[in-house]
Amino acid sequence: MKRTLCTAALAGVLGFSAPLTFAGETSWLDWVISFDRKKEVEPVTDATWLEECGACHVAYPPGLLPARSWEKLLAPSALEDHFGENAELDNETLNAIKAYALAHAADNSIYKRSRKVMASIRPDETPLRITETRYIRRKHSEIPEKYIKRNDKVGSLSNCDACHSEIQNGTFDDDTVIIPGVGRDWED
Amino acid sequence: MVRQTIILPVLLATAFNVTAAPKPEAVTTLQAQWAQSATQQPFSAKRGAELWRKDGIVQKGNVVRCTTCHGEDLSQQGKHARSGKVIEPMAFSANPDRFTQIKKIKKWLKRNCKWTWGRECTAQEKGDLIEYLVSQ
Ligand code: HEC
Ligand code: HEC
Ligand code: HEC
Repeated sequence: MKRTLCTAALAGVLGFSAPLTFAGETSWLDWVISFDRKKEVEPVTDATWLEECGACHVAYPPGLLPARSWEKLLAPSALEDHFGENAELDNETLNAIKAYALAHAADNSIYKRSRKVMASIRPDETPLRITETRYIRRKHSEIPEKYIKRNDKVGSLSNCDACHSEIQNGTFDDDTVIIPGVGRDWED
Repeated sequence: MVRQTIILPVLLATAFNVTAAPKPEAVTTLQAQWAQSATQQPFSAKRGAELWRKDGIVQKGNVVRCTTCHGEDLSQQGKHARSGKVIEPMAFSANPDRFTQIKKIKKWLKRNCKWTWGRECTAQEKGDLIEYLVSQ
């Protein structure tokens, strides 16, 4: 009897902790007590995000930048000059997209790589590029330029899906990397 | 038996040719709108084809055209000039998902005309360009 009560209480706590984690900043405690310690990055599932933010480049998972970065990238009229491109959206679409980004941003995520991205950004920094964050920079620091910039099929490190074959599942694990024209054995 | 197997596909092919490639509804609707605003001539795929390859503005030292991202061969994939991302074929025959959403067509014509020519396209140009793309 005491056992079942205990389990019920525990289940209650855990059950409630999940929605809470997305409501605001995830506490370290939430992360520790959650059973489901996700290893990678939360995959993108939102149809609007996939359509509107996946046309010119892969639809980046919001869990790769903090909420304050998305706020800035998606501020009204910021998309009119988006890395030199016009990616303007109507207000309704923009609001939907922004809400999705903020709810799934790295600082609101329990996924492991999102935590690592966060840990590599100082509180006074608001990176506008995923490729500028220390974590992502570090992970790619040993790849020779000729495999990226001078590789016709890649062109830029921002083109994640050129090399990460399972990015649509949120998976970046080095086992899933195939550099075009180089393959898996890029280190040799 | 042999005759039949030959004739059947031929018949099917002809049947398809007659009904093949009707313009998507989104295109008929948009072209009707454009035709109302100051267009002088019926939309022409030939003019559209010329516009598609016409020199645009200079970006990062290169003259850009519609083909800069969509590629020379419309039935093949293109590549975004900035990010390198693959763009699915533009030819309606190669990609039946194309030109089926009014909102999408309007949005990209606005963005891409500005990007390529440094200004928005006129109604005549839009109608000609789409006439060409749908015919491919
Ligand atoms: C019209 C084309 C276009 C659209 C639409 C677009 N982007 Fe981009 N985006 C770009 C280009 C070009 C770059 C720079 C790529 C490069 O430097 O290789 C970029 C870069 C980015 C980067 C930085 C990538 C890095 O280097 O880490 C982020 C983040 C980003 N976009 C988010 C978005 C979001 C969110 C949306 C949807 C609201 C969006 N983009 C829609 C063209 C676009
Ligand atoms: C030129 C190909 C290439 C591109 C483009 C690329 N990566 Fe990678 N990435 C790699 C390789 C190779 C590794 C493995 C590095 C290693 O094992 O040392 C890697 C590793 C990673 C890792 C760590 C994986 C692990 O197992 O620890 C992450 C996370 C990652 N990349 C994210 C990204 C993101 C996000 C982008 C786009 C903004 C991107 N990558 C673009 C090739 C690429
Ligand atoms: C900078 C790269 C770029 C250039 C240059 C460019 N486009 Fe595009 N275009 C895109 C992208 C990205 C999409 C959306 C992705 C997709 O639909 O596959 C698109 C989509 C379109 C669509 C929407 C198709 C549909 O399915 O509804 C039309 C129409 C279009 N482009 C016409 C043009 C015309 C006309 C020009 C020249 C004036 C042009 N584009 C130049 C990148 C470009």
